[in-house]
Amino acid sequence: INHEHLSSVLTSLCVSPQQEGLDDGPDFLSEEDRGPRAVNVDLQTDATLQVDISDALSERDKVKFTVHTKSTLPNFKQNEFSVVRQHEEFIWLHDSFVESEEYAGYIIPPAPPRPDFDASREKLQKLGEGEGSMTKEEFTKMKQELEAEYLAIFKKTVAMHEVFLCRVAAHPVLRKDLNFHVFLEYNQDLSVRGKNKKEKLEDFFKNVVKSADGVLVAGVKDVDDFFEHEKTFLLEYHNRVKDSSAKSDRMIRSHKSAADDINRIASTLYTLGTQDSTDLCKFFLKVSELFEKTRKIEARVAADEDLKLADLLKYYLRESQAAKDLLYRRGRALVDYENANKALDKARAKNKDVLQAETTQQVCCQKFEKISESAKQELIDFKTRRVAAFRKNLVELAELELKHAKGNLQLLQSCLGVLKGDT
Amino acid sequence: MAASSERSPPPFPDSEEPELLEDSDEGADAFTGTSISEMDSPSPDSTRPPKDIFNEPLEDIFSDPLSNVNSEPQKKVDTKIPSPSSDEAVDLFSDPLDDDSEVISSPEVQNPMPDLLNEPVQAPKSDLLSEPPVSSVKKAASAELFGDEDEEDLFKEPPKVVTKKPQPSGPPVDVFTEVKSDVKVKPQVKDDPTDLFAEEALTAPAPKPSASSSSSRTNGVHSDEHDLFSEATVELSLDSPRNDRKKKDAVKPSVSAPAAPVASSSSKAPSKTLEELEEEESEDTFDLNISVTNPEKVGDGMNAYMAYKVSTQTSLTMFHSKTFTVRRRFSDFLGLYEKLSEKHLQNGYIVPPPPEKSILGMTKVKVGKEDPSSAEFVERRRAALERYLQRVVSHPSLLQDPDVREFLEKEELPRAVSTQALSGAGFLKMLNKATDAVSKMTIKMNEQDVWFDEKIQDVENEEQHMRKLHVMVESLVNHRKELSGNTAVFAKSVAMLGSSEDNTALSRALSQLAEVEDRIEQLHQEQAANDFFTFSELLADYIRLLGAVKGCFDQRMKAWQRWQDAENMLQKKREVEAKLLWANKPDKLQQAKDEIAEWEAKVTQYEREFERISATVRKEVIRFDKEKARDFKRQIIKYLESLLNSQQQLIKYWEAFLPEAKAIA
Repeated sequence: INHEHLSSVLTSLCVSPQQEGLDDGPDFLSEEDRGPRAVNVDLQTDATLQVDISDALSERDKVKFTVHTKSTLPNFKQNEFSVVRQHEEFIWLHDSFVESEEYAGYIIPPAPPRPDFDASREKLQKLGEGEGSMTKEEFTKMKQELEAEYLAIFKKTVAMHEVFLCRVAAHPVLRKDLNFHVFLEYNQDLSVRGKNKKEKLEDFFKNVVKSADGVLVAGVKDVDDFFEHEKTFLLEYHNRVKDSSAKSDRMIRSHKSAADDINRIASTLYTLGTQDSTDLCKFFLKVSELFEKTRKIEARVAADEDLKLADLLKYYLRESQAAKDLLYRRGRALVDYENANKALDKARAKNKDVLQAETTQQVCCQKFEKISESAKQELIDFKTRRVAAFRKNLVELAELELKHAKGNLQLLQSCLGVLKGDT
Repeated sequence: MAASSERSPPPFPDSEEPELLEDSDEGADAFTGTSISEMDSPSPDSTRPPKDIFNEPLEDIFSDPLSNVNSEPQKKVDTKIPSPSSDEAVDLFSDPLDDDSEVISSPEVQNPMPDLLNEPVQAPKSDLLSEPPVSSVKKAASAELFGDEDEEDLFKEPPKVVTKKPQPSGPPVDVFTEVKSDVKVKPQVKDDPTDLFAEEALTAPAPKPSASSSSSRTNGVHSDEHDLFSEATVELSLDSPRNDRKKKDAVKPSVSAPAAPVASSSSKAPSKTLEELEEEESEDTFDLNISVTNPEKVGDGMNAYMAYKVSTQTSLTMFHSKTFTVRRRFSDFLGLYEKLSEKHLQNGYIVPPPPEKSILGMTKVKVGKEDPSSAEFVERRRAALERYLQRVVSHPSLLQDPDVREFLEKEELPRAVSTQALSGAGFLKMLNKATDAVSKMTIKMNEQDVWFDEKIQDVENEEQHMRKLHVMVESLVNHRKELSGNTAVFAKSVAMLGSSEDNTALSRALSQLAEVEDRIEQLHQEQAANDFFTFSELLADYIRLLGAVKGCFDQRMKAWQRWQDAENMLQKKREVEAKLLWANKPDKLQQAKDEIAEWEAKVTQYEREFERISATVRKEVIRFDKEKARDFKRQIIKYLESLLNSQQQLIKYWEAFLPEAKAIA
């Protein structure tokens, strides 16, 4: 095993999530995940436009996604086609939705998070450094762990990007967006660059203003009980789901560590067992074999909790943020509208610039009404989606937990049967 | 003890005086050996005669800085050598002093003694056994040696003294050593000595009944028997040494005679192999249950300490009653170990080490109120002490040690001082250990015995792997605790999320999930405790025990070194003689010849000693391996059962949750 091979694990890993290309990390891919990965959103699939990520290639610090589209819509030249997209292009698409006034009344599907392989890289480096001081057994184990972890992150990244596209494709309005179509069809680099420092600073500033404004806007009592209720709910919900998401991550991380420990215990027991051919050594070997199996199950428990629970929470963390943003836009529009009303009253009182004030007031009124009109439906949809997704995931979580616990139980029972028979 | 020493394998008490030992150790070893044997046959009676002895030897003892009991006898021997017989007599007595073994032997001896004596005298040589002696002999030999001495003191004191007296003037050392050496040698020497021992061992079964009947105090344990026999043999050896001293070969024929009588009684035994003997040991399960309970803080502040209730339940007749309880503090446990290792380590016994002293943990207990980590510390120590005592009493020889009985039975124990980590004695011990480590490094033993060669390597590897495994299991314990904590936090968070969810069914399901996670948190916590107490502590125990095994190997190596040094010395003396002959200096020639004789005797003695300790260590290690296998199997099965239970609970919890999840709409 050399370093080159190792780094190749990270750099040239090519995965087609929908083929069986993930054989290296079978632990992390439960069969349930093979299907469409839009697990966190309950989408009515529509045959007129289907989007998925058929392939993904990990290179150094970027991941290249192959976006595959099947469509009967007339504005596409072909019925089926694929393009290669990078994370930045997804962000560009997302930002274009956010910035468009036209979509102010919609919950913009949350952008997928940046692929983050730092943890894996760190581990890889440690593995490389420790290579000399490790036995082959340990090295193999470490490598396995690393690969499995890497694959899990990779797969999650792919899934998140795919969910984003699916959400857009299923959205009655956004699916018709021109940028989206370009994103899907244009088979060249979209030459979107990452934001430079100045733009990032501007973004940061905008965000500060926005959140300050958000507080201001949130303080305004809504005229509509529905929105008032949604506002209170989302504020609290968002904070709580954020908390749960962070805590589930921590829980799962320690679960993974425990599984890794069991893995190492298994391999040390194996070494102990191969020292000799005594009865006790055979005993050790059997126990090692058992631990080797149970740790796989434990790792899968952790991985499945990650997929079914942590990812669900994380997705709704972002989605609830998107819903909050929608409410903010509406709140802002409401404030603008009220201000315009006041300005109009003033103008009328002074009889000055009345026409202009009327126009502004009308524009604000229209904007507010337009947002309110779609926002109500969007929020109702959000709730429906959320309940359905939680139901689906929690049921699956419980089923997987049961499956794994039963698997563990069976392993332990048969192993104990053998061990007790021997002694 | 010094902190370091606590952790590491039992220190070698003798280490300080390696040189002394080399010269005079043989005697000492013999004596110490006796002490060990005493353990086998400790009986109350013995105390009296030894006491006298003690008084005398004390001076010597004090002179040694280390002042280990063991060391004392050794030095005594040295001093005695120059001095007239009286000293020697003292020495002899002193040996027995350590242990009450004499006493034990005495009651039993009454019957066997005469016979034995007669027999041995005539035919000390007479061991028929000539079996592959070492294995079977091991225990018997050591026991015998000890027993011999004891008996001598009690019964034969007068004759022995006489015998010795004549010698002192000239080559007193030789006599001494010879006597002792002969005794020791027997077991090791395949031909004669072994036979003797073997006989003894064989005979052992027979004497038992008499012993038990005659001396109510003696335990039914086999070891007693050994002692009896051993005593007999000792006597033989005493008588015979002079005759046989240099003519071991001659002895052989004679051996057969004594064997015959013995053989009749113990005819079954002779054929037994080492393993069989061991089987026997393990089979004769002693009825002795020890539990350590009720840890209680006594006193306040930094002078506070934990006292534990040590309850014993037994039907063994060696104890005064069937159930009894004493209160002991941690340093008492350490003190017990100190006493045991002083007496038994040098003979190649694996003395189970007690749990480490933990200044940090104890300080927490002293200062801290009722925080969970100190409660855990106390429980951990309580369990470790219990296992420690159980290991001590399950060792057939250690069980016989009067100190063990005293520890279990006696209301008040003198405070163990030397166990304090920072005491002067602790410092000395550390120093000894350091010297020991150095001398260990300098000894390059050319291992001839394949069994030992492999075993030493095996133990080394095993220890290494166990340490690694231990680190990993500890890590699992920590991660599992962390998981438990994180699960609890997550459960709370989910409960909050559930309370803010506005879909009723989903809100309900989330609070159900929170409950499930709460229960799972409990499971993880329990499992972490199981990881720790059932698995991790087992490994910690065995890492300490493997250290003790290595200590035995070191003792053996030291014995070997002593022997080699004596060989070298003998070689030098011979060269001196040759030079004197060549230079034609007859006046000095006699002295040279005497010296050669002296060193020849020493070489013989040391060689036998080495063989004896090799036999003991080997037997001990086999016994240890067996116990280890048993312990590991039992504990790991217990551990797997705890895992199994966890999974069963998990299934219950998730099964209850599933309908709730499905009810979300």
